[in-house]
Amino acid sequence: MNMLRLQALVRKEFQQFIKDKRLLPIIFVLPILQLTFLGFAASLDVKNIVFVLADMDKSSESREFIRSFTNSGYFTMGYTTEDYNTVRTYLDNSQATMAVIIPPQFGAKVLRRESVDVQVIFDGSEGNSTAIASGYAMQIINRYSQEVLTEIVGDVRRLGGVTTETRAWYNPTLVSRVFMVPGVLVLILLITTTNLTAMAIVKEKEIGTLEQLLVTPLRPIELIVGKLIPFTIIGLIIVTVALLVMVFGFGIPVRGSLLLLYAFNGAFLMTSLGLGLFVSTISKTQQQAMMVGMFFVMMPMMYISGFVFPVENMPVALQWVSHAIPMKYYLVAIRSIILKGAGLSELWFEGVMLVVMGIAVLAASVLRFREKID
Amino acid sequence: MNAIEVRGLTKRFGQFTAVDHIDFDVKQGEIFGFLGANGAGKSTTIRMLCGLLSSTEGTARVGGFDINTDPHSVKQSIGYMSQKFSLYEDLTVEENIDFFGRVYGITESALKERKAWVLDIANLHGREKSITGTLSGGWKQRLALGCAVLHRPRIVFLDEPTSGVDPVMRRKFWELINELSADGVTVLVTTHFLEEAEYCNDIILINAGKIIASGSPKELKRDHIKHPILEVHCSDVVRAMERIEEEPWAVETSIFGTTIHVNVENEQQGRDAITSLLHRNGITVNGIERITPSLEDVFIYLLEHGGGKG
Ligand SMILES: Nc1ncnc2c1ncn2[C@@H]1O[C@H](COP(=O)(O)OP(=O)(O)OP(=O)(O)O)[C@@H](O)[C@H]1O
Ligand SMILES: [Mg+2]
Repeated sequence: MNMLRLQALVRKEFQQFIKDKRLLPIIFVLPILQLTFLGFAASLDVKNIVFVLADMDKSSESREFIRSFTNSGYFTMGYTTEDYNTVRTYLDNSQATMAVIIPPQFGAKVLRRESVDVQVIFDGSEGNSTAIASGYAMQIINRYSQEVLTEIVGDVRRLGGVTTETRAWYNPTLVSRVFMVPGVLVLILLITTTNLTAMAIVKEKEIGTLEQLLVTPLRPIELIVGKLIPFTIIGLIIVTVALLVMVFGFGIPVRGSLLLLYAFNGAFLMTSLGLGLFVSTISKTQQQAMMVGMFFVMMPMMYISGFVFPVENMPVALQWVSHAIPMKYYLVAIRSIILKGAGLSELWFEGVMLVVMGIAVLAASVLRFREKID
Repeated sequence: MNAIEVRGLTKRFGQFTAVDHIDFDVKQGEIFGFLGANGAGKSTTIRMLCGLLSSTEGTARVGGFDINTDPHSVKQSIGYMSQKFSLYEDLTVEENIDFFGRVYGITESALKERKAWVLDIANLHGREKSITGTLSGGWKQRLALGCAVLHRPRIVFLDEPTSGVDPVMRRKFWELINELSADGVTVLVTTHFLEEAEYCNDIILINAGKIIASGSPKELKRDHIKHPILEVHCSDVVRAMERIEEEPWAVETSIFGTTIHVNVENEQQGRDAITSLLHRNGITVNGIERITPSLEDVFIYLLEHGGGKG
């Protein structure tokens, strides 16, 4: 790679950016609008919520109670523990999104028709799932208490029953927006950068300037990196605008390290821009690039990453596919950093995945780049 | 050594053969003209020689480098001006020059001097900050030529550099091409204007992907025009041409502006035949004279007779 040639390319891109009247709205207006609209987006359906059970009673009544959860079709018992404190570990590691804690004497109290407190705890950083799951949990518990009590005394109204106390950690107010906004931020970054880069090379192909570039000593890697650098900077500006709207417009603070957040932004940009450039190198026309970018990059990223449908709701096959979707890792990382204040020790795996995929995609673009025009 | 050597070069797009086994040599420092009608295969050939298109068959050496096995070395030694304007229309004149200069690795100090030269030849001094897209055709073309030779390549490919350029500008353009050639640069140029072909040292004429004639302008006229050409000045040119064309003694007939050129077997018999034919048809003959053939006569003759059409 020749640095002077690379520098010439990057400088040229910026000279073009400055003169492009559409770029300013894309960088500043679009993120603000999208964030405002999508930030208030509706909640979504949830299935197969994995929960951890701490049954400190172990009576036939407590087992019956749990069965009403597992039979509902919404909940899967992933883990059991004896200890109130270990519950936290399961939630922290995102192994479970919900914990059900049954106190000692549960069965006895139910039989004595006294009221019992069952604790249901949610991982609030999975906001949209949490809100829905807690709704389901309430319903199930209400129904259970009605059934039990009806069985015993025939009349519910006069008596106490099982009451639940739900708590959401990490997202105490349980506003779905708090959960949605970081996701939307990710989406904005995905859409704008993929769109811009998918056009980048094919546009030069269409207007004919690529033909002039290809007779110069420029190498494919210089061309790809020369496009990558300016678009990374644009992507970082977009994400900064979106973050400012999030913090000051929605009042959602970044709990974790800003440095780590930007490191992940950078890593994700490498893959999303890389995919855009790849699309651009294989397309013949801008139209084609737009379609390919839409169907093969943006749609999978949106639908299989956990942005629209939680990954745990997907068919198993799609869950497997989701492992290959960079946005899944980025989404987890961004939400964890912003909402939980997670650090690199919790997110190193996501980081490694993003970097590896980024390098792979860029390498593919360089290799696939044709130095001929036929 | 020849600057360019082409052997059996062929390009097929699917079933269609755009360039069909062509061979030619271009000598160092000459102006080599590449002529042919629309779709003859000129641009396709040039693109293969620049390493932009892969060849289906055959080889070529440009500046001593094989276009198939060493396209990068080819690119280092050539300059290319494509038929379609392909500088950045959204950049300024200066930004375009700077960009291509830097991509070719010209040092900043040398670039300053080369930039002044390009602005000179393109007559764009004072318009460095103009957006390239706003320039008119002739200026754009000269800027494109400047950018193509910015890095002082030894071989330059110019694909219809004078299309869309007015006659005065065109003359200037050819002065530039001559200067390049005088400096020892080999210039391969395609054109639609047959009078421009007269400025070339050597020419090839291609039709439907095949070479149908080659040589210097002088050789072409000597070798291919065996018949005398009569220029007929008369009243109803179109009708006159239609009548003459039907006659067996008219080898070749074509309209040149307000006159008709007729190739005949024998000068005197031809004069008599034309006069009496047009007279019978009520067309006034104002004069008939024998002319020395132009390249245009040669090419029209070749395209109608000599050249195998595919
Ligand atoms: N990429 C391509 N795919 C298919 N056919 C092509 C392609 N490029 C050129 N052709 C065809 O090859 C033939 C030769 O084209 P070429 O551009 O070389 O002609 P040309 O001599 O340069 O003509 P012009 O004077 O119009 O520029 C034309 O019939 C053209 O349609
Ligand atoms: Mg052409």
